Amino acid sequence: MDRATDAVEAAADSARLRERFLEALEWMLLARVVDEKMGALYRAGKVTGGVYLGTGQEALSAAIGTSLRKGDVFAPLIRDGAGRFAFGESVLDAIRTCLGSSLGPMRGRDGNVHRGRPKEGLLPMLSHLGAMISVVNGVLMARRGRGVTDVVGAVSIGDGATSTGAFHEGLNQAAVENLPLVLVVANNRYAYSTPNERQFVCESLLDKAAGYGVWGRACDGVDLESCLEVLAGAVAAARNGEGPQLVVADLLRLCGHGEHDDAAYVSAALKASPAGRDCVKVAEETAVSNGWVEAGELDAMKAAKRGQVEEAVARTLGEPAPDPYKESWYALASKHLSETHDEV
Amino acid sequence: MSITYLEAIREAQARALADDSRVYIYGQDVADFGGAFKATKNLAKEFPGRVTDAPISEDAMMGSAVGAAMEGMRPIIEMQFADFSTVGFNQIVNNAATVHWRMRIPCPVVVRLPCGGVPGGGPFHSQSIEAIYAHYPGLVVMTPATVEDAYSMLIEAVAIDDPVVFCEHKFLYYHLKAERLPDEALPVGKARIARPGRDMTIVAYSAMVHEALDVAREFATEGTEIEVVDLRSIKPIDTDTVIASVARTGRLLCVGEAWPWGGVTAEVIARVSSEAFHLFDAPPQRLNSKDTPIPYHPDLWSAHRPTAQSIAAAARQLLRL
Repeated sequence: MDRATDAVEAAADSARLRERFLEALEWMLLARVVDEKMGALYRAGKVTGGVYLGTGQEALSAAIGTSLRKGDVFAPLIRDGAGRFAFGESVLDAIRTCLGSSLGPMRGRDGNVHRGRPKEGLLPMLSHLGAMISVVNGVLMARRGRGVTDVVGAVSIGDGATSTGAFHEGLNQAAVENLPLVLVVANNRYAYSTPNERQFVCESLLDKAAGYGVWGRACDGVDLESCLEVLAGAVAAARNGEGPQLVVADLLRLCGHGEHDDAAYVSAALKASPAGRDCVKVAEETAVSNGWVEAGELDAMKAAKRGQVEEAVARTLGEPAPDPYKESWYALASKHLSETHDEV
Repeated sequence: MSITYLEAIREAQARALADDSRVYIYGQDVADFGGAFKATKNLAKEFPGRVTDAPISEDAMMGSAVGAAMEGMRPIIEMQFADFSTVGFNQIVNNAATVHWRMRIPCPVVVRLPCGGVPGGGPFHSQSIEAIYAHYPGLVVMTPATVEDAYSMLIEAVAIDDPVVFCEHKFLYYHLKAERLPDEALPVGKARIARPGRDMTIVAYSAMVHEALDVAREFATEGTEIEVVDLRSIKPIDTDTVIASVARTGRLLCVGEAWPWGGVTAEVIARVSSEAFHLFDAPPQRLNSKDTPIPYHPDLWSAHRPTAQSIAAAARQLLRL
């Protein structure tokens, strides 16, 4: 191969990376702006129940969302605002669910991070950690049964969920069925307040991959470029029929478990370590230093997103709350088999 | 020709697989082996690729069924024993049962639970845990007592757009026989008068229906006519049929093989008491198994669960009240 061809390919690679990086960065900024607004609304007493933010985990999440495509399946977890938006969720869906609007996808029946649109491949989580792994397996098994190929299912979990039976059963089932599953573990070092050393004793969570006979890939969760590269590789391998992919990202949650939690238990040493850097700031600096974007442009992007989010919040606050007298109190699709009825 | 309760379950699944390409069966040892009780005998051969062995992962079996159902499939999950379904409990009650409510899409999953005691079953192969499933909103819970119901209700379970917990009684598998499979059936949610009577109502379901019928036959020789109501499904529960029966008899005894705290018998008495207290000529009574784990030895087991003998004793006492 001659040098001129090398140079052309390198330039094309660089252009592709720039494009993917900036796309992901936009979703990260949007998620950060939404999170900041939700935190403010929580402190202002405008939110019933908890508020759970993804601060510090945006790079990994955005990399998941941007690596998937329409027709894929994604079961996000509580810190996946960036990935949800990248996968196609609207800001309005997010805000409406957090504020309990009757017009949101969950109509006030479920709240905050428990939202999705299953028909569009975005599955609403339940609170039981690890439970969505086998659900995504089932979607992939059904698609395979119908002869649908070229589909990938991604599931987000944290370090805590790797201790559950559901994690073990789900990942083992995916391996036995050789499913195109990408299981992404955001190892943010604490499950609520419980540190890694009270959660597992293997040197790295990646060691678990061998035990299940699946591929394991590590990435630096603070570095968007690393996340993009590893997730793209994992998704491509799964799509290629290489079976389940376990991705483990090292990072730190830069907020409490929820906004009610001051996270005083996070060690100062960890905060000062490379894992404690803010992935949004790191990505912004990379984009600017690579000459992909001007600092002023980033400010303008953030201002535009703040406007978008303010508009969605204002609109949602004006929307009707669900009405218990008009609610349909049927737990079953088969109304004739239900024991309760419309009376309140 | 005659057909057993177990064969009826196999035939119902064969028909469901033949009639609807969205149906598949997933569970431990269900494929070439045909299931621990042979409820899926030869189905893997007859329906290639649609009857599949699962790893011993009740949680993942159920979770994957929820995902497949959300994709439009109609899975039948065989738990090897009802007792083991507690390992998949979370996916049944928190996931499958909430899908329609939360997401407005159907979740048509059938979970087959081989339940109830047989001699020698012991603490972990004998349980009747229908009540804990009935407690959760979003589930239909069926408890067929006859060969005909085992067949027709399982076919209906597969057709229902909601998760169905199908409690099939192991004690009835081989012994209970019918001449042929039914062409028509009562709708799910409707109880059946298994034997008419005027002096007392015994409400039962699953295997206890047959113990109650034995008692009714014995009492008939003494001139006492017991009406036996077979609930058929415990959720929904057909309170109307029970109240209509109590209106005829004035006396109510509820019998269940499950443990006594809470449960189906308590529910029936609570409902009839609050809706039709004036119909009682005597306080309503109930009889359940003893409040201990289920014993292994046949002599202990027969004393642990209600039998025709203990039901007859309870019935005689109720008649004196």
